[in-house]
Amino acid sequence: MKALKIIILILFASVMIYAASDLPYRGDPDNLMHAEESITGTKVVGSYVIQEAYNDAKTPNIVTVILGDYRSVDTFGEQVVVFTAGLITILILRNRRRLT
Amino acid sequence: MRRQEESPIILLGSRLLSPYIMLFGLYVIFFGHYSPGGGFQGGTLLAASILLIRLSGGRRVSRLQIQEFATTPLAVTGVIIYFLTGLAAMATGGYFLDYEQLPFLTMEPAYMRYWGILIIEVGIGLAVMAILVMIYDNMVKGEDYA
Repeated sequence: MKALKIIILILFASVMIYAASDLPYRGDPDNLMHAEESITGTKVVGSYVIQEAYNDAKTPNIVTVILGDYRSVDTFGEQVVVFTAGLITILILRNRRRLT
Repeated sequence: MRRQEESPIILLGSRLLSPYIMLFGLYVIFFGHYSPGGGFQGGTLLAASILLIRLSGGRRVSRLQIQEFATTPLAVTGVIIYFLTGLAAMATGGYFLDYEQLPFLTMEPAYMRYWGILIIEVGIGLAVMAILVMIYDNMVKGEDYA
């Protein structure tokens, strides 16, 4: 059983390494994700964000602008999810009666 | 839970470490505009500083810092800060969470977005901190921890 786990781990690691060897180089300006237009000729959202994030919100951190401004409703949903997790701990754990 | 003795060394060490973690958490929240950070990360750091005291000091000491019943209202306050920011933008004729339309602020639209992002990140940090502490308190409820 232990050998099976080790074999599965090695297989999984080799799959991940094989997949990672196909990734584009980091910071290469010729990457598709850094292009202003996609393969089909439409505008890519990322180039707009990189060019206009500072002019829209005067915030140097682009990630903060995306999370707090462009996708703020999404962030609100994430916060509600975390809040729901807290409420569920109240419902499940707080009303436990002593068995003694 | 196995009964353990109180250790003054651990309490002293965590007392030394906790304010610095809390200060770093506040830095991560309020400087999320300039450096990696934001509400979720900063709230987690604030919760770590509070949970360190709770783990090492026990119920009697941690009651001095944040009471157990105070965590749920703090979490609700955090969510409501975010939601009311969105509603205030709606009340003056904008879209939901459109910071340009926030009342009581008269600046350039870009700088109003700057302050709007800061307000909602404070709300996120407060909610995340209170919820993590709340989960810990509910899990150890009824047990004489530390």
